[in-house]
Amino acid sequence: MLNAAVNVGTQEATVEYLPEKATLAQLHGAIEAWGYKTRPAISEEPEEKQRAEHEREYRRLMRRFWLAALVSIPVLITAYPQFLPLVRNWTAETLRLAWMGAALLTLPVLFWSGGHFFTGAWAALKHRSANMNTLIATGTAAAWLYSTVAILFPGIFPEGTSEPFYDVAAVVIALVVLGQALELRAKGRASEAIRKLLGLQAKTARVVRDGQEMDIPVEEVLVGDVVQVRPGEKVPVDGVVVDGSSAVDESMLTGESLSVSKRPGDEVIGATMNKTGAFKFRATKVGKDTALAQIVKMVQDAQNSKAPIARMADTISGYFVPVVMILAVLTFAVWFDFGPQPQLVYALVTGVTVLIIACPCALGLATPMSLVAGIGKGAENGILIRSGEALQTAQAVKTVVLDKTGTITKGKPELTDVVIVNNGPMSNEQLLRLVASVESVSEHPLAEAIVEGAKARGIVLAAPQGFEAVPGHGVVATVEARRVAIGNLKMMAREGVVLGALEEQFRTLADDGKTPMYAAVDGRAAGVIAVADTVKEDSAEAIAALHEMGIEVVMITGDNRRTAEAIARQVNVDRVLAEVLPEDKAHNVHLLQAEGKKVAMVGDGINDAPALAQADVGLAIGTGTDVAIEASDITLIKGSLKGVVTAIEVSRATMRNVRQNLFGAFIYNTLGIPVAMGVLYPFLGVLLNPLLAGAAMAFSSVTVVSNANRLRAFKPKFSAK
Amino acid sequence: MSSIQVIVTIVGIVFSLFIAWFFWFAPKGRARAAAGVGGAQEVAITVKGGYTPDVIVVKARQPVRLRFTRQESSTCSEMVLFPDFNKSARLPEGEEVAIEFTPERAGEYGFQCGMGMLRGKLIVE
Repeated sequence: MLNAAVNVGTQEATVEYLPEKATLAQLHGAIEAWGYKTRPAISEEPEEKQRAEHEREYRRLMRRFWLAALVSIPVLITAYPQFLPLVRNWTAETLRLAWMGAALLTLPVLFWSGGHFFTGAWAALKHRSANMNTLIATGTAAAWLYSTVAILFPGIFPEGTSEPFYDVAAVVIALVVLGQALELRAKGRASEAIRKLLGLQAKTARVVRDGQEMDIPVEEVLVGDVVQVRPGEKVPVDGVVVDGSSAVDESMLTGESLSVSKRPGDEVIGATMNKTGAFKFRATKVGKDTALAQIVKMVQDAQNSKAPIARMADTISGYFVPVVMILAVLTFAVWFDFGPQPQLVYALVTGVTVLIIACPCALGLATPMSLVAGIGKGAENGILIRSGEALQTAQAVKTVVLDKTGTITKGKPELTDVVIVNNGPMSNEQLLRLVASVESVSEHPLAEAIVEGAKARGIVLAAPQGFEAVPGHGVVATVEARRVAIGNLKMMAREGVVLGALEEQFRTLADDGKTPMYAAVDGRAAGVIAVADTVKEDSAEAIAALHEMGIEVVMITGDNRRTAEAIARQVNVDRVLAEVLPEDKAHNVHLLQAEGKKVAMVGDGINDAPALAQADVGLAIGTGTDVAIEASDITLIKGSLKGVVTAIEVSRATMRNVRQNLFGAFIYNTLGIPVAMGVLYPFLGVLLNPLLAGAAMAFSSVTVVSNANRLRAFKPKFSAK
Repeated sequence: MSSIQVIVTIVGIVFSLFIAWFFWFAPKGRARAAAGVGGAQEVAITVKGGYTPDVIVVKARQPVRLRFTRQESSTCSEMVLFPDFNKSARLPEGEEVAIEFTPERAGEYGFQCGMGMLRGKLIVE
């Protein structure tokens, strides 16, 4: 125990302790031994705290609404006496008394129910800015003040204008507060995706400390702890297996439907599900550092980022409120000067209505709400959109460039053919041995395939000397005093090798979609080695879907042209850019962009970083744990190409939603304000009732948020569940 | 027009001009960041109906730390966003939250609450 403090007021005890020496359970026990009951404080989890805050705020708003609603009833009665049976017959004296009652009743509505409008408006004023609070506060205060002066000093005003408008003050405040409460509720629903992600996490972990097994909350697991996982349990944190073995279902993070087998030395990820075996692992990343926590953080950061269209809306809303205030003043002046009798009344009512109907909030909410819902939807499907800007650009993509290896294909090439020249001096095995020996020191995935293939056939390799890799050509080394060269046509030309009939063999293999390589020993053609990288099962389907969306698909690879085109035929790609050197990939992307289209590039994020950065939208296709792929705008956690389709679908649906919201907010204001000002009056005799304006204003924000929530029901073509 | 109407019209126009001046053109006080812990430029900002101070001056290419303390419960201000730097932070009521970044280029950068109701400006020299 390091430190303990008790706050009697909030009934909270804060204790600092060394987790290696004491556990939460022991602390609970110690406190209870003294006769106190313990309860976990509201979790430190920021999500929990925010939800609790939202709950409190919602209840606060609803209480204010109920008061305003209750007061509105009698006030409305006094405002429209001519429509109600009993009240109709009241004398002028009684009516005046009733009005004074209304004045007093609406005071608490203004200052308690609507108190936050006034404090908000004042605070904004001190900062020389104006927002929605300014509009509501000014509008309702003006209504109340005018009404009170009218009933206290009826003589001042011209005949027929001494009627009060207390109903405007009470009802508008009631409606706007209700709107704010509903908006809060709807906002909570929009961020459900995050809650779902967090819900994937395990709550407890079984650690082994000092030889003792104990169950502790997952927050208490330390780096270096040995954690035990039994069959059917969730892996609590990230780590490395030290003992035992099992199969783990990682589908919630990687989309890999087959369970992955884990043995000592393998990594495990928190939130994945252990199947039938038991194992122990050493925790390497806990708390904020786990893969799941990082995904959640990425999603949250993206949800809070601003898409370019949002910044435009923000700029407009910055000028909006003062413009509305000026319009209200001018409306008053015009009606007072030129309006019908009673001019004062018309002027005041229209002025107040202009203040009330304007809704800057809807404009400010339109984009962020849709972004939250859209990015959350993407996250549900394994698509991590890193920023609002990425989302906005992705919807306009017309060309998708796919890297071949690892994106269209599985990225795990295998040795398929060893062909020797006719009447050659050596056998298949001897050639393979030489070639594999050379490739054993190369890190190229094709080399690894050859070496694996050789080992699988039980061939023992020799050590190569003087290994040289020639980019774009091939490799060469000396094995057992023989000079072995492996590579393409250019390599053979460089070595001065005559190929003869081998060229035909090469072409046949390439047309099969395999990657062949010539092999020459001591300057003479020896044979062709072929390696094949199988296409992912769903690549063709994904590319077909992209075509349906009107998107052109281009394949880019460093592989030779024949092989590339064979693969291209298998998956139905529109264009092939083959034999592209790694450093030229970005340039090729640039050339495509120069054709005037928005280009998306899909690659593995490590080798393709410059090309991904060059593209308008860079998508990194990775495994579950490679989440920190900085070069990409969108990370596809699952390795399938269908993710590209989903990413573009989600971005299009989200931007459509954003446009609906912005359009709605704009139209609402551009139609509502002029009507409130009275532009329809000369033609149709139509004026906007301030109560109606209040209702419209209150519900416009709720409408925007609700429309954004509709995105949650959106189902992409290849959706997760 | 009667004389009252003339007065009202003149007052209306003057008031409109005043509104435009008050909200758009009047100069605002600025706060210059002071040197804080670890050499970062620090400013403490209170969030209550607005940001105090709301215009902050810092130097470019040096780390900046802005310490926000939110002192109200209205949910409008629970997030603060710096769109140009792609940074955002949640501000629980009553707690100090620090946002750190290093502005590379000079210019004026806005920051705001989630909905845009509260705004501030970061001037980088």
